[in-house]
Amino acid sequence: MPLTDTLRDDILASVPSLRAFAISLSGNGDRADDLVQETLLRAIANIDSFQPGSNLPAWLFTILRNLFRSDYRKRRREVEDAEGNYAKTLKTQPAQNAHLEFEEFRHALDKLPQDQREALILVGASGFSYEDAAAICGCAVGTIKSRVNRARSKLSALLYVDGAEDFGPDETVRAVIGGNGG
Amino acid sequence: MKEVKKQGGLNAEIQSRIGHQLRAMYDDVVRQGVPDRFAELIRKLDGPEAAAAQIDEPAKNDGRD
Repeated sequence: MPLTDTLRDDILASVPSLRAFAISLSGNGDRADDLVQETLLRAIANIDSFQPGSNLPAWLFTILRNLFRSDYRKRRREVEDAEGNYAKTLKTQPAQNAHLEFEEFRHALDKLPQDQREALILVGASGFSYEDAAAICGCAVGTIKSRVNRARSKLSALLYVDGAEDFGPDETVRAVIGGNGG
Repeated sequence: MKEVKKQGGLNAEIQSRIGHQLRAMYDDVVRQGVPDRFAELIRKLDGPEAAAAQIDEPAKNDGRD
């Protein structure tokens, strides 16, 4: 369809979640914004192939995901660099405890295989249905479900099982552990 | 991993916590809104040709690796 003002507005409205997706995938704020820019250019260059009435965010996420994939093959993630750059993208620094927990979560997420990480983010954070996530990743719905499940169970093993004794007097964790008895 | 499956209640709590952390990380970026560079980019592109002209074609440079 042609690039109408409405379509422009709709594309613009998707930018915040495209950025969040790009940062979650790449772990790098600067690179994420380059990915978003490239996604927007490609989307507009190929706007004729967008089906009016179909899911615009899913279409944009598909473009971004494919760009990230092709880029990924060329250069591996710079994990060392990721945290510093990610921190810079945050407007407000979280309080220290929350910040440590956040870093730990980010680390665990980085350890997931890419297929599982993207499935978990699409379903668990972007709020796509399993069907939309499957379309974005170009795989079967059952495959997405199993990737999400594996991602969740791996994260829970990384964050809460192996290191369970390491937790200090964190109220939330105490509540979680205490809640098991009830 | 076996431990997680055995303790169903704890597992559900952990899963909800993971979901919460994931969304907190994501929404933190969403809340930043649209950076000016993207608003400007979309505003100034008047059509597909203008966008296509701005895309670097990586295939041109490293098509043979």
